[in-house]
Amino acid sequence: MLIPFFFLLRDGGMKTSITELLTLLEAMQKGLAAESVDDFYYLSRACLVKDESQLDRFDRIFAAYFRGVEDTFADLKTDLPEDWLRHQAELILSEEERARIEALGGFEELMRALQERLDEQDERHEGGNKWIGTAGTSPFGAYGYNPEGVRIGQHGSRNRSAVKVWDKREYRNLDDSVELGTRNIKVALRRLRKLAREGAADQLDLDDTIDKTARNAGLLDIRMVPERHNAVKILLCLDIGGSMDDHVRICEELFSASRSEFKHLEYFYFHNFIYESLWKDNRRRHAERIPTVDITHKYGADYKLIFVGDATMSPYEIVYAGGSVEHWNEEPGAMWIKRLLNTYSKAIWLNPEPRSRWDYTPSVKITSELMDGRMYPLTIAGLDEGIKALR
Amino acid sequence: MAHSKFSGTSTYVATDDLMMAVNAAVTLERPILIKGEPGTGKTQLAIEVANSLGKPLYEWHIKSTTKAQQGLYEYDAVARLRDSQLGDARVHDISNYILRGKVWEAFDSNVQPVLLIDEVDKADIEFPNDLLQELDRMEFFVYETKKLVKAVHRPIIIITSNNEKELPDAFLRRCFFHYIKFPDKSTMEKIVDVHFPELKKDLLAEALNAFYRVRDVPGLKKKPSTSELLDWIKLLLAEDVPPEMLHADDPRKAIPPLYGALLKNEQDVHLFEQLVFLDRRSGSSQ
Repeated sequence: MLIPFFFLLRDGGMKTSITELLTLLEAMQKGLAAESVDDFYYLSRACLVKDESQLDRFDRIFAAYFRGVEDTFADLKTDLPEDWLRHQAELILSEEERARIEALGGFEELMRALQERLDEQDERHEGGNKWIGTAGTSPFGAYGYNPEGVRIGQHGSRNRSAVKVWDKREYRNLDDSVELGTRNIKVALRRLRKLAREGAADQLDLDDTIDKTARNAGLLDIRMVPERHNAVKILLCLDIGGSMDDHVRICEELFSASRSEFKHLEYFYFHNFIYESLWKDNRRRHAERIPTVDITHKYGADYKLIFVGDATMSPYEIVYAGGSVEHWNEEPGAMWIKRLLNTYSKAIWLNPEPRSRWDYTPSVKITSELMDGRMYPLTIAGLDEGIKALR
Repeated sequence: MAHSKFSGTSTYVATDDLMMAVNAAVTLERPILIKGEPGTGKTQLAIEVANSLGKPLYEWHIKSTTKAQQGLYEYDAVARLRDSQLGDARVHDISNYILRGKVWEAFDSNVQPVLLIDEVDKADIEFPNDLLQELDRMEFFVYETKKLVKAVHRPIIIITSNNEKELPDAFLRRCFFHYIKFPDKSTMEKIVDVHFPELKKDLLAEALNAFYRVRDVPGLKKKPSTSELLDWIKLLLAEDVPPEMLHADDPRKAIPPLYGALLKNEQDVHLFEQLVFLDRRSGSSQ
């Protein structure tokens, strides 16, 4: 039971495990979802989904599955709802009632007729009419079970269809490929955490103290250790101006999130591509520039390097000396990025442009090749991938 | 069903999906993990579940320094060390220095208790992993006294998280999960209603409108949540603000009174005032 649905969820990219499926089945056995499909939806969601970013995905798969709608998984459907309903029907219906279902042409026929009725229902409902079955004449209303999640006159007050509950897709903006907020970025960046003990020893190390005291024949021997904190060091290089103007907000969010997350964070700005100097204050970008070589000397190789930029420019700006749009550069940008990458082996490029557009821009391709393919979209999922590459 | 069902209380409005998740957790005696925006009543839920089911509540609030072991028990080695130096007789019985934690207390309860593990994400990343066995089998071993502590009744465990850290998969698999989404207007009306039953209908309607308008202002750093709304209404009632004051059609009154209760961030207040100012200017030029 529910196995096809389970595999559909897994194919749909959810990390649902067998334990969770068994929990759901156990809960159903205990009669938790016996009343309606709404209940079943809520129950299965509580059992199978473990992260709010997966809720929207779950809603979509649930809707696709329990509607039998043509979708990419079309061939995998759908003996489940029927099985389930049959089971439900057996729980609820008396012998006599089941005989009446048979008289109507069997379960399949009933399901089909019901489906038709339900399709109509959907339209009529939007017009504001009443549910089928409430008047007590429809065969569907009499039995009190409801495939496809439409309540048939059970609770007069609950005047919404259960299908609608998951079709509303209320959790859409929590899906991790879409929204990127400061908070989400923080959660993603936190995976970079590497706690280490560094600095002054100012905390009592109880275990060591006890150990040393015991060895010391019971005379107190206090041992101290330094506090633990995040030891990851980050160099952040942000593209600014020009085609990046569209992405200012998202970059600001990334920046503010990473600032509070890392103790060692150094940031620099560049325009379009890395050349012989970068700057820290964009208002005085022409006056106060820092030579790129100095950066590689000042910050050790244990820093992790993150570029943020759309890498959208003319290819000349990368591969030719003098290609920069702002000044005359003696050496091509490609040379400079290679120097940086030689120093910092852990480096990624985050691109706010969606991945689907990268192939159409030659400069993005070149940059990605220079980065050995370590270019990731600036979404939560992309950030995750990137951080894996940085670890 | 042997268990009584949770269906919200006179002071707490539970949506259908929340009730289902809680009841599933109660019936199957598994932990339930509650996530959601701050101020949507995650912690309150445990208190209300305990109240409505008439069960004792044990609260374990997690801090960044909390270790899983502290919920089970702590061996006060320092006290024992001190006593040994002073020649205290208690020192010979190690159980004198075992301090019971919240989980142990809940396990020892004579009736089925509710155990709240609040803000589990505050602790170290390994914290949930260290509790897997305890939550699964509802038992743990005290090494110092060689004693197995087993739950008399499997407690109803409610765990809340603010999403500051990812929780490990193995931990998640053992829990039911519910995400408290921000309530829609009709749920919000019910929530306000249980808190302020004598509130005038028109004031409530206007207050809710104003509240959702503030929430919809783009760019707010911290959107006001349910608990802020409740505080604000409390203030409105205390100040006896007439409903007309909250009406937004008149641009001169577009800033809701006492909005300090809704916006908790200086930048947000500033942004909000600027927007209203702009709005007012464009309104007067029309």
